[in-house]
This record gives sequence, C-alpha cells and structure tokens, in this order.
Amino acid sequence: MSSRDLILGRVRRALADVPRNDTPYEQAVQREYRREHGDRSTARTVDLLAENLADYRALVHRCAAGDLARTVAGLLDAHGSASVVVPAGLDGTWLAETEVTRVPDRAEDTTAALDRVDSVVTGCALAIAETGTLVLDGGPDQGRRRITLVPDHHICVVRVPGQVVASVPQALERLDPARPLTWISGPSATSDIELDRVEGVHGPRTLEVVLVSEE
Amino acid sequence: MSGTFVGMPAFPEAAREAVGNPTLRGNLRHATHTIRAKRAVAVSELDDWAALREAGKQIKDHTLRHLDRYLVQLEESVTAAGGVVHWAADADEANRIVVGLVRATGESEVVKVKSMATQEIGLNEALEAAGIHAYETDLAELIVQLGKDRPSHILVPAIHRNRGEIREIFAREMSEWGRPAPENLTDTPAELAEAARLHLREKFLRAKVGISGANFMVAETGTLMVVESEGNGRMCLTLPETLISVVGIEKTVPTWRDLEVFLQTLPRSSTAERMNPYTSMWTGTTDSGAADGPRTFHLVLVDNGRTDTLADEVGRQALRCIRCSACLNVCPVYERAGGHAYGSVYPGPIGAILSPQLRGTGSEIDASLPYASSLCGACYEVCPVAIDIPEVLVHLRERIAEGGQVTRQGNKAVLKPAKGHAAERAAMRAARWAFGHPGALRTGQRLASRTRRFHPRTLPGPGRAWSATRDLPAVPAEPFRDWWQRTRGGKDVPK
Repeated sequence: MSSRDLILGRVRRALADVPRNDTPYEQAVQREYRREHGDRSTARTVDLLAENLADYRALVHRCAAGDLARTVAGLLDAHGSASVVVPAGLDGTWLAETEVTRVPDRAEDTTAALDRVDSVVTGCALAIAETGTLVLDGGPDQGRRRITLVPDHHICVVRVPGQVVASVPQALERLDPARPLTWISGPSATSDIELDRVEGVHGPRTLEVVLVSEE
Repeated sequence: MSGTFVGMPAFPEAAREAVGNPTLRGNLRHATHTIRAKRAVAVSELDDWAALREAGKQIKDHTLRHLDRYLVQLEESVTAAGGVVHWAADADEANRIVVGLVRATGESEVVKVKSMATQEIGLNEALEAAGIHAYETDLAELIVQLGKDRPSHILVPAIHRNRGEIREIFAREMSEWGRPAPENLTDTPAELAEAARLHLREKFLRAKVGISGANFMVAETGTLMVVESEGNGRMCLTLPETLISVVGIEKTVPTWRDLEVFLQTLPRSSTAERMNPYTSMWTGTTDSGAADGPRTFHLVLVDNGRTDTLADEVGRQALRCIRCSACLNVCPVYERAGGHAYGSVYPGPIGAILSPQLRGTGSEIDASLPYASSLCGACYEVCPVAIDIPEVLVHLRERIAEGGQVTRQGNKAVLKPAKGHAAERAAMRAARWAFGHPGALRTGQRLASRTRRFHPRTLPGPGRAWSATRDLPAVPAEPFRDWWQRTRGGKDVPK
C-alpha cells in the first residue's frame, strides 16, 4: 500500500464518528467578524496606512503625481545610492529625474550581481491600511520577488487612494492566489534577542514608501 | 519522533533543574512578560476578536472533520500548479523522501527556514547523516544551531539565551560554519543581527536547495504560506532552484478566503504585531520564463502521529494549533520551567497535549507531560483557535492513570493503566469510599487535626513522587464541619 493510501485510510478510520451528513463548509463557518474595523473616510484610511507603516519603521513620504520623479530622485540621493534595480514594467517617468545607474530586472542576472545594487524601486499590487502592509504580486511594475529582497533599500510607490484597502479581508478579495505574493509590513526585523526589536536582518534594512496622490 | 530528546527525564525532574537556574528564570520571565503585555494590546485593537477566534476554530474543526477530502483536493491543486506531492506516514519516511530529493539535485548543502515539522522529524540530523549540511537561517534557530543547543520556545527558540550568551556563541562558533563573527563583536542586538546577516548571506546567495515548512496550505488553490520577520524565509523560498516544503497534514485550510481569519489572529497572537514583516505565498512553481522562485517544488505531507491524534475525539482539537505560542507566554509553569523541560519540539501547554498524542505515552517524559500544568486555564483564554487545553490535559491524565483505548500508527490499541499511578489510583479509591461514609470521614478528619503537629512535609512511600512537586496542604486545627456546627458558619464567633 502506498503511504498516500495508508494515511488517507488512517484519516478515514479516525473520523468514523463524523456523520456522513455533517454540516457543510458554508454553514460550518460563521463569519461574524468585520470586513473592516471602524468607519473611516477614504482620506482617513490613507492616513491610517501612513501611520501604521511609520509605526513599523517604514519611512513614509507623500507627494502629488507631478512630484513623484523628484521625490524618488531625492530619496535615492539621500540614501547615497549609485545604482537602482528597475522592474521591466515600471513607469519610466518615475525615474526621469535621477542620475543613478539603472539595473534592469533580468532573469539571467545572478543574485550576487543583485547583491551589489544599492536600491530598488517598485510599485505594488495594493496596501492594507489597518495593518500597514504592502502587497506585491510580481506585476510588471514590481518584478521578481528577489529584487525587493536582496538590495538593502526598497522604495515602494503606492497610488492613493486607488491601491489602498482598509483590511486584510478586503485585500484577499482583490488578490490572485495563482500569483507569487509577498506581503511586506515594515523593513526586515527580528526580536530574537531578548525580544528587542532590531530592523534589518536579511531583507532590506530601509523601506521607504511613497504615497502618491492620483490626479 | 526526533531522536533529539531521547533519554529526557520526566517533566518533574527536568523542571526542577531548570527552576534552580536563576539566569534561565530571569531570561524567561523578562521575555514572557514582555510579549504577553504586547499581545494584549495588539488583540485589543480588534473589537471582533471573539468572532475571529470562533471562525478560526470552526474553520480548523471543519477541515479536520473532513481532512481526507481536503488533502486530496490539496494534492490536486498543488499538482495542477506544477508541484510534486509526497506522502510520509512517519518521521523516517519523511526524512528518506527529503534526503532522496536533495541527493537528486546533486547538492550537499541546503538552507532552511525555521520549521516545527522538520524539527519534529529530526530532519537536520537525517540530512547530516546523509552528508548534507542543513543551515538554519532564522536568527534564533542559528543561535540554537551554533550553540549545539535545543530550541526552547516555538516562536523565539533562543528565548532562554541572553545577549551575552549569544555573543559568546557567535564569537566562538561562526568560523566553524562559514564567515566568522567580526572582531570586537559586542552584545548589542543590532551588532549581533548584523553578524548573522553577513554570516548567512553568503549561504543564501549560493544555495540551490531550500527547505521550508508552511503555516497554512489552501486546498482550493494549492497555495502555501509562510509568515516570518527577518527575510530569511523569503530568501529560502525564492532564491534556490529547488524548494522542498515539509508540512504536517493538519496545516490545511479549505479556501483562500480562510486566510483572512488567520492573517489577523496569528501575528497578533504570536509576535503581538498587527502583521509580521514578511508573508510569502506561493502556488506551485511560477512559469520558467519569469524565473521568479524555484523551478521545482516538492510538498511532503507528514502524518507522524497526526492521524492517531485525529482518532481521539477529545484530543483531536490539539490539531487546530496554528503554532502562535501565545499559550507558552502566559503559562506560569512554562515561565518557570522553560521549554527544554518538556522534552519535545512543542513545549508549553500546547506541547503538553500535542507531544503525548503525536508520540504516544510510552516514554516517561510523554506520560509526565499531561501533568506539567497547574490547570489554571490561561492557555485556553489566549488561544486564537480556542483549543481547550485544560480539557485535553485532564482527558490525557485520565487515560494515563486509568488506561483506555488509543490509536497508535493507525491501529486501535488498549493502553494499560500506567504503573507510576498505582498509588494515585489507590488514593482515589480510598477517597471515594471515605466520601461515601460520612462517619468514617469525620473520624479521620478529627484524627488528622489532632495529630497535625506530627505530619511530615512530604509523603512517605509511593506518595513521595506526588509530594515532591507539590506543597502538602496544611491540615486545619479543626475540621470544617465541626467548625460550622460550633459557630454556625462564623456568626457565633466570640468577639
């Protein structure tokens, strides 16, 4: 007998007490929890996102769409970056005002090469206000998962309010499970030493979020 | 289960040693009190916590009650998404499968993201025996691995170590495994984390095989999910060419939507955060043109005692556990005894009910675990999936003391009453008789009161085991019934 059949057989024998007409899934799970906590205006939801991002030590910046290129250039400058990874589908105007070397996200590049790049600029799939979370789904303006992991400085642009949802349930509704998903809440952190929080272990030590207003 | 803990003494002996170590007690007290206070704040932010907890319980219960159906569905979804599913009935089989998969890649080292399931089956030891080096990449797991130590907490495995001890371990051991610790390493957490970053980065960048567990597996979509903070999980899940995930069968949930419950309750219960810094979700492999993540994905579904646990209608609820560790942090027994005393990768209250069910109660340590509790109930209160740990503890105690029907490796068996509990059974029989004979009870109580100056502080003979870990209650100068009759409940107490 294969282990598959062995295990499934054990499971079925173990569940001999469960009646054949057991309550179906739809009725077995009552979802009396909220779809959103609190009643907020759209502007307030964006503010909450900014607060919660900052609370987890992400550096939050806000600007109008027309100022995005200058803001991104300023952040790369302030960080002292000489090079930046660029996802294939990133809006070219975002990097129009910076002089730093652009490194395209290409499948054939080694991780060692990626490790030598200073920064990465991406968009996102959406952001969750209640938890201060950015979600990347590998879309054209976000690139592969590794490019937001190996470089030490990540600048993530969130279009507000269009890309902002209030809560985790609202986020899952809008996401496609078939895509590789990365949820990011603040920079890499550890509390493994005496529960003291330290930013930056293996992921980027600096996470900057630009909330750009849609016109 | 893992050979790591073979020969562990029963809980009372192990705990007595731990309680006598003031550094350990200090480290544990600091850590558990800090996280417990933070968790309460994080939970209080959600006014629908009770509803989330109930939904989490219902989702897990429903899944367990139909686990055969959901496992088959999961297998189909993962396969359709390009993954390969393997089934392992026990630890040995799981280890054989993983060793075989790693050998097939031709690699001799793997990077690992912290996983309770791989600890449970002793995978690192099995890989080492096959000549494959497994590098733990979670900071706390690295501390444990370098210190040739054992984890003592589900979430913070090195919770028993303070910063000075960690500095010592890094300075002494890192060079044995790769990049040495920097000269003049101090004991600030930031510097220690930096040393770990540099040490592990060279391993991540060259790794061809990654090994992970998973917090959840979605039957409907074939999606696996890992929550973490440091980014070591993301490294292991995305950089290697081959990913092998070793997961207990009980980690299944039916639908994508179910994650909305656990993504709210797990981070707040475990690290007391609104959300953990990183969550990765992957469904099979991504298409090779995108070169995003591993090209080959294997899922090893592990039983190793879970189906035996499932067969126990009371004990089954332990399989709802989402490994948040909130129960450890509130437990007065864990706080003083520490994780090692439980002799299992699952310490604390959840370990006290999970380990004896997964492994059976054949060993001394497993038979002692259901007694490693004060039954105060704090663990049940904080559990985000409402596992009634005290109920299962009492159920397991009864089974150990009285014997009864159990399932071991899929077969029904009758457990004999445990030898060590003969005195307890005799005492209970005597108590039953005495409570049924009020005259005898009264005579006995009066006798006990009059002779109380001569009572020993510990019991003689077979009672010694019991009184060694408990304070004998002081016998009052007068039995309660006599006092009641004399004073009519305290009303006639002379002034």
